Amino acid sequence: MARNKYLRIAIFTACVIAIQIITSFAGKTPYLTQLTMAGYYSLVIIGLTLLMGYTGQISLGHAGFFAIGGYLSAFLTTYNLIPYKDKLVVTWLAKTGALVMRQDLYGRDILAVQPWAACILAVLVTIAIAYVIGRPVLKLKGHYLAMATLGFGTIVYKIVLGTGLLGAADGLSDIPGFRLIPGLEVSGKAALRIQNYYIAWGLVILGVTLLTNLIHSRVGRALRSIHGAEDAANAMGVNTSQYKQNIFILSAVFAAVGGVFLTHFNGGIGPSEASIMKSVRYVAIIAIGGMANLWGALSMGTVLNFLSLRGYFGSYDDAVFGFILVVIMLLAPEGLLRTDLFRDIRKRFQHKPSQEEQSP
Amino acid sequence: MSILEIRDISKRFGGLQALDNVSFTVQQGSIKALIGPNGAGKTTLFNLVSGVLEPDSGAINFNGSPIQGLKPYQVAACGIARTFQLIRLFPRMSALENIMIGRHVHSRAGFVAGMLNLPWTCREEKEIRGKSLEIMRFLGIEGMAESEANSLAYGQQRIVELGRALACEPKLLLLDEPVAGLNMRETSEMAKLIVKIRTAGITVLLVEHDMTLVMNISDEIVVLSYGQKIAEDKPLGIQKNPEVIKVYLGEEDA
Repeated sequence: MARNKYLRIAIFTACVIAIQIITSFAGKTPYLTQLTMAGYYSLVIIGLTLLMGYTGQISLGHAGFFAIGGYLSAFLTTYNLIPYKDKLVVTWLAKTGALVMRQDLYGRDILAVQPWAACILAVLVTIAIAYVIGRPVLKLKGHYLAMATLGFGTIVYKIVLGTGLLGAADGLSDIPGFRLIPGLEVSGKAALRIQNYYIAWGLVILGVTLLTNLIHSRVGRALRSIHGAEDAANAMGVNTSQYKQNIFILSAVFAAVGGVFLTHFNGGIGPSEASIMKSVRYVAIIAIGGMANLWGALSMGTVLNFLSLRGYFGSYDDAVFGFILVVIMLLAPEGLLRTDLFRDIRKRFQHKPSQEEQSP
Repeated sequence: MSILEIRDISKRFGGLQALDNVSFTVQQGSIKALIGPNGAGKTTLFNLVSGVLEPDSGAINFNGSPIQGLKPYQVAACGIARTFQLIRLFPRMSALENIMIGRHVHSRAGFVAGMLNLPWTCREEKEIRGKSLEIMRFLGIEGMAESEANSLAYGQQRIVELGRALACEPKLLLLDEPVAGLNMRETSEMAKLIVKIRTAGITVLLVEHDMTLVMNISDEIVVLSYGQKIAEDKPLGIQKNPEVIKVYLGEEDA
């Protein structure tokens, strides 16, 4: 099992490198831009797969966490603190190196929070919000959990849409690049395209490695047991509410990190990132990938997000994901990426649901 | 020495007094059975001991310390494991993985250690696996380690569930109708296993309707009727107890 697990990560890494080389040789480097964006969405998806597919707790609000990360980082790195230059807090922050001076598009001086500090703060705030939301919400099950998380997503969407400081319907733009280390910068500049592709997919590889390890650990087993029979898991000594809370926070952090990086890469973020359709899209991708299937969700997510970002679905973008959700639920509720898929579909068309499907 | 002490436990659900001032003790190393007609409060009592419910009044002491009000996972950590009347195995997990969950309270890898796959967590995983296989051998089900739990025959599922509880290395094992739905051969196998578990030093408290099984294997029996304890005795005494006969067979006309 353990060897197989790292073999998959190695193959995946090889694919990432191969795609970059092929696109470069084919003269299609602009594709790397959408692939980079798809990489950051994949971070949300793999985190959510752990929560939904493995632990069995649905969330229709994860676009909210993505937006919280993205918007916080965007706001902090663009909000001009020069008018408050003499305030004690600002001078103290400047001394710690948390603030940087730069020039905006029109050459004006801007004193704003340094991207690393903004990123860390965004993740910490996300953890805090996920903690506060998660405690009461995760007591709910099934439809009720779906509705509560949907409510959370709606609140975040309406807040970013209605707040002038966050650019209301226009969102925030002119967001500076995020220099990770000297020579490595998250930004949308065409010259840094290949570099950014590797930053994004490097993060995904890191994330997938961490989550694969987690799935195959004692914690992963406990999470799957919660999915199967929560009361029995509890009776076997699994602190189910704590585990649900932790995985909820972990998946929110994955979403927020994706949000932070994509925002710096795009140089802007708009309210559509927080919309319910984004959350539904994440859920649809996990469903088509096979629910408790990290690699399935990752590959389907990459392909579908890439196609969507390239504009192949045109104005039917959201409709496509809605359609996917319906078809998957009807024909292949266990997802597409399985070897026994065709057998199941044939069975479904041949006669009434078999005994196996009805067993709990 | 008593390992479990139930003292003046009462539990009410709306207008129904499910348990009314029930007291008894379970001796270390014994098999104690809890019997009574349907609705007598047996399962309620199990749920109180395992932490699913909280008593309205009274005390439950395990090894001398109070456990009422603890959550089920905390009760499990104290050394009480249980099985369920309707089998509650984890679907989409193998029989072995089901049993490995039972090792949860005896291992400690958390989220961070799990994500980083630290060397000591690998050792711990090996230990969990080894111990779980050992339990499967003890129960004679090592051949089905890799089968999906839900694909097993009903009787085998009961044994896997028993194995999962044993993997907790409990001091006290609660069995909720362990032979419900089993045929005679499977029932006698289960009886042998329960005795074997007691011989291994684990105290057993069971709820069961199968009187042959109860009379054969228990050291002591508590009889509940409408939430009240009406008798507590050795099997032979229970068989002769007029109160018990009245509850089970109806009142004899004079």
